Amino acid sequence: MKIAVCIKQVPARDWQPRVNESRTWVRDEDAAFEMNEPDAYALEEGLRLKERHGGEVVVCSAGPSRVSHVIREALARGADRAIHVESDGAASADAFEVAGALAEAMSGESFDLVLTGLQSDDQGFAQTGVVLAERLGVPHATIIMEVTVDGGALRVKRELEGGWFQWVAMPLPAVLTIQSGINQLRYATLKGIMAARKKDIRKVAASGAHRSHQRIVNLYPPQKTKQTQLIGGTPAEAARELVKRLRDEARAID
Amino acid sequence: MILVVAEQRDGRLNRASWEVVAAAQRLAAKTGGAPIKVALLGGDLAAAAGELSAAAVAEVLTVEQAALEPYTADGFVAALAQLVAGQAPTYVLFPHTYLARDFVPKLAARLDRALVADVVSLAEADGTVAFTRLIFQGKLAADVVLEGEAPYLVTFQAGAFNADLAERGASPAPVSRADVTIDAALIRQKPEAPFREAKQAVDLSQAQRIVAVGRGIRARDQLPLAEALAKALGAELAASRPICDAGWLPIDRQVGSSGQTVAPKLYLALGVSGAIQHAVGMKASKTIVAINKDAEAPMFELADYGIVGDLFEVVPALIKELQR
Ligand SMILES: Cc1cc2nc3c(=O)[nH]c(=O)nc-3n(C[C@H](O)[C@H](O)[C@H](O)COP(=O)(O)OP(=O)(O)OC[C@H]3O[C@@H](n4cnc5c(N)ncnc54)[C@H](O)[C@@H]3O)c2cc1C
Ligand SMILES: Nc1ncnc2c1ncn2[C@@H]1O[C@H](COP(=O)(O)O)[C@@H](O)[C@H]1O
Repeated sequence: MKIAVCIKQVPARDWQPRVNESRTWVRDEDAAFEMNEPDAYALEEGLRLKERHGGEVVVCSAGPSRVSHVIREALARGADRAIHVESDGAASADAFEVAGALAEAMSGESFDLVLTGLQSDDQGFAQTGVVLAERLGVPHATIIMEVTVDGGALRVKRELEGGWFQWVAMPLPAVLTIQSGINQLRYATLKGIMAARKKDIRKVAASGAHRSHQRIVNLYPPQKTKQTQLIGGTPAEAARELVKRLRDEARAID
Repeated sequence: MILVVAEQRDGRLNRASWEVVAAAQRLAAKTGGAPIKVALLGGDLAAAAGELSAAAVAEVLTVEQAALEPYTADGFVAALAQLVAGQAPTYVLFPHTYLARDFVPKLAARLDRALVADVVSLAEADGTVAFTRLIFQGKLAADVVLEGEAPYLVTFQAGAFNADLAERGASPAPVSRADVTIDAALIRQKPEAPFREAKQAVDLSQAQRIVAVGRGIRARDQLPLAEALAKALGAELAASRPICDAGWLPIDRQVGSSGQTVAPKLYLALGVSGAIQHAVGMKASKTIVAINKDAEAPMFELADYGIVGDLFEVVPALIKELQR
């Protein structure tokens, strides 16, 4: 089975974003970057499917040259090769632009299965995988918690709201958007890191044919509406004051 | 015209549908009073359509087809692509539910029209309406304008608009059937009946007090610290999703949209950022306390009391204080 896994490189979760001068995007020169969390689970799922059914796992990532770090990381965990869609604008582009560029780079590959994360930690569109499915002309399912493949047929477990799930079957090829927690992640071994150095990364220039349909015109910290009572002081002072207020004011403890 | 696509399951409307009606009324007021129509898709829609006709809208459209029950992304996209072509709305609005996440991006791609998702409020920019959404895990708000031709597709975050503020009409809105043809052979997904996993061992909804741990706890072997605080407070232990994903706590201790919904007297969040999917599961708690080293964490927006600090310093102090 030929499996593509789409991986986005995103700023680390604890990075405090700073807005640029035109207030249209962030200044991320000082940011540390990491693999988008659900994409790590998508990669793991791809590797497990390959272990069960054979084939290869190809990592696809669109972004500037720095994304080669997450590509290497994915190769070290066991992916076979990679496609890097070179695009400086991908980080701030919308899902149409990114999915269009990814679909273009995938043409000619005839993947049986394309896995993406369900949502990116930075932009959070929750769209790229689904738009990609339409561009590739294949069926899809979202927020997936289990994947089974039997011959040409795919059966997946979708997470619904409030603790509900549902199995859905569909033919291959298909696109799935993977939910965090679907499996337990493996980490790269030293051997994997060494092997990754020799693996192929095909670089593709984004054609620029796919434009974003939306534009950020103003970026700012969200306005605060709630009046939180912030309690300061040393940890001991803060603890004493909090317990006092929880007892006397909120009556939340005895 | 503004088209709202409402959501029903087994003939019952969800609350988010009324929230989007409220959003549509606000958007209409901002954009020169365009009429609003509400569409419903599915198998048996009479009851839900009747309920919706109470809204102050021009018309309720039902798309009733065997091929739309149960839901499939392919079926909904085929039906809505036709409905949108026939009705020619300027905006098409949806609740940002799991269902909408599954098919709306595909509809937008099929129509090749803009989609802005998970919108929390309306704004203005360059003389047109802008849509505000939160990015970078809620740390930044972005006013977004949509480009290209109408229709523009928009999904709204749960709770962003107040369902109770959706205006009701003086008389019921007319309900009419919209005809679309769906070739069932083109529906590739074959869904099975929804189910719940085995009964939960812990029922957090009954807990009076809850201590919730998030990724700020850093490592599994730090959990006893949170357990000790829970014990001192007489509280149950709960967690954000990543803690359960990692297997540090069982899934039935997860709070949020894909976990349990709780409303205890006291919800004390340790190193939980307060992402929307977590917040929907706990924001009805009576008293919320946030302990987080990041003063900008969205959890402080929900909290009644907050301590900005390192939980590894604050929690031992709290335990000591409670044991005095
Ligand atoms: C479809 C979908 C469904 C989801 N369902 C759920 C759900 O049901 N429940 C859920 O919880 N999430 C859910 N999520 C995930 C959610 O979006 C967040 O990713 C998650 O809630 C974040 O968990 P967290 O706050 O523990 O981690 P993070 O976001 O990483 O936050 C960690 C926090 O700890 C703080 N911190 C770090 N170190 C310390 C320290 N030493 N002292 C004090 N504070 C510290 C940081 O400042 C930060 O605020 C869902 C996501 C999706 C897309
Ligand atoms: N630049 C990118 N390169 C590769 N994959 C991406 C990129 N952007 C988004 N994706 C994939 O699409 C998923 C959803 O992203 P989003 O639509 O931005 O929420 C992510 O989890 C990734 O799997």
